[in-house]
Amino acid sequence: MPPLIEMRAIERTYVMGDNLVRALRGVDLTIEQGASIAIMGTSGSGKSTLMNIMGCLDQPTKGNYLLHGRDVARLSRAQLADVRGRMIGFVFQSFNLLSRTSALENVEMPLMYQGVGAGERHRRAMAALERVNLKGREDHHPNQLSGGQQQRVAIARALVTEAPVIMADEPTGNLDTKTSYEVMAILQGIVAQGKTVILVTHESDIAAYAQRVITLRDGLIIDDRKQTPLTPPPPEKHDQEAA
Amino acid sequence: MSIFATLKLALRALWRNKVRSLLTMLGIVFGIGAVIAMVAGGQGAQAAVKEVFQSLGTNVLVVSNNSMRQGGPSQGAGGGAALTWEDLRRLEQESLPTVRYIAPVLETRTQLVSEGGNWATSVSGTTATWFKIRNWDVEQGASFDEDTGNSNAKVAVIGKTVAAQLFPNENPIGQVIRISGQPYEVLGVLTSKGQGPRGDNDDTVIIPLNAYKQKLSRDGGAKYLKGQILVSMMEDDQAETTMQKLTELLRDWHKLDAKDDDDFRIRNPAEFAKAQQDSTERIATLLAIVAAVSLFVGGIGVMNIMLVSVIERTREIGIRMAVGAKPVDVMTQFLVESLALAAVGGLLGLGLGYVSAQYMADYFGWKMFFPATTAAVAFAVAGGVGVVFGLYPAIRASQLDPITALRYET
Repeated sequence: MPPLIEMRAIERTYVMGDNLVRALRGVDLTIEQGASIAIMGTSGSGKSTLMNIMGCLDQPTKGNYLLHGRDVARLSRAQLADVRGRMIGFVFQSFNLLSRTSALENVEMPLMYQGVGAGERHRRAMAALERVNLKGREDHHPNQLSGGQQQRVAIARALVTEAPVIMADEPTGNLDTKTSYEVMAILQGIVAQGKTVILVTHESDIAAYAQRVITLRDGLIIDDRKQTPLTPPPPEKHDQEAA
Repeated sequence: MSIFATLKLALRALWRNKVRSLLTMLGIVFGIGAVIAMVAGGQGAQAAVKEVFQSLGTNVLVVSNNSMRQGGPSQGAGGGAALTWEDLRRLEQESLPTVRYIAPVLETRTQLVSEGGNWATSVSGTTATWFKIRNWDVEQGASFDEDTGNSNAKVAVIGKTVAAQLFPNENPIGQVIRISGQPYEVLGVLTSKGQGPRGDNDDTVIIPLNAYKQKLSRDGGAKYLKGQILVSMMEDDQAETTMQKLTELLRDWHKLDAKDDDDFRIRNPAEFAKAQQDSTERIATLLAIVAAVSLFVGGIGVMNIMLVSVIERTREIGIRMAVGAKPVDVMTQFLVESLALAAVGGLLGLGLGYVSAQYMADYFGWKMFFPATTAAVAFAVAGGVGVVFGLYPAIRASQLDPITALRYET
């Protein structure tokens, strides 16, 4: 069984005007299945670029990237989209839900692009919403949900495809502390079910919930260590929160 | 992604911007509506022109005195007439191979009087052959037979308009009408031919040639034929040769020199009809082109709105791409949206076109044509407009970079 993510000498260079920006300058990284990893670094350290490449939203200028043993560094746009749909679930800082679209339809959306039938789609989306404790809110639109609830819809959307990797880019950046705990608890639950969660954050107290912390600076990994993750304080009363 | 799901998505996106979708659609609605109305109108107008000239009888030449004659031989007692009864007799004797029927017609406008009322109309004196040339039957009663036509019997066959004016509530057959004081018995009423190039075809009375000569010709119709000779041909394509032959014969009989102008005139109404129809067709084509241009402008409206829509929904596109939408999925989504916009507009346009065509037909008294082929083509064109003008925005959407699109601030 190959490792989930294997990156060798990954470089990413942008041209901005007359300048060549070297966002990643040779990153080697191996991530096994079922881990929780936090990628840390200040802004400009290259952590977002690394996440974009890991998430198959972007491609490296140089180097090899094997995802589940498959080289995805040179795929076409359509092939990349397919890999994203099946392998990766995204959770963004700003939730990125479709407005004026119900929670259920937001969660169903990735399945539509995989050609899953309507009945199956509905069943799986309902199950995913239940996993993030949003049963009964499936018909709510994003503007009728709190920030924490919106982020949980986004997590459900990432879970619904049964993708092995969840990439969360500053998932708690727009949330208060209490709601952040909830989101982190849900993400830890996902790891316990055997999925890999990759967190991108600049907050060390969020990174403390991961089993492994990778720190980037100037496009290079400068620190990579394992730790015993913190457990978020027990949820007080999740479900009454927006009732 | 299934087509059904894509279509549902597209209709929902359009429904969200109801007013904008409707306004964009209007361009297509009016474009398609105008194309259909113009084509239907053109066909109606052409049919009307055709009908007018068909009422003259097709495949007929009209030989008449040349009223515009300059110089030429002495006019004699005929006063402007050059055709003679002798010409007619010799023409009949000649029995040209291309000629089927020959009939002289004398015509005047006069007052008719019946017990019920009076009416001014045109009275023609002719023979039974005339009905064959004009291909005109009676609807009621009888027409003249060969003998009656050549006799001086005081009988008449009347048109529908005359029948309606003189005998509004009675059966006109067997009734008596007075023409210039003389009583004529009504034998029959002609079928309606509607409007002709000289007005109402049905406003007419036909009496036997000899009765006309005796009672209505001032000179008793002695030598000159002060009317027309209708000549019908065996086949449709013989008008040209027959006209040449007739000209040759008449010039010979009238002893005209090579330098003399014709003192008679031969017209081919079919040719005139064709010219009329050609000009109607040109106008119709022109109008259809103008309508097509307006459809094109409508298409540009669709493209414009789709471009705006793509920009507004950049973030949505980014999200869809992140969760696995391929470029072709995004392209299809926008293409189906513009196609749906154009198709719905096209359907409404068909309705509008139908209603306008109906209204025009009523207004101008044409026959209503709903050009089914044009409608189908116009609808297909609307769809084509949706695709062609939706393609560029859709391609732009599909080529967005997911990372940039996700960061896009609205």
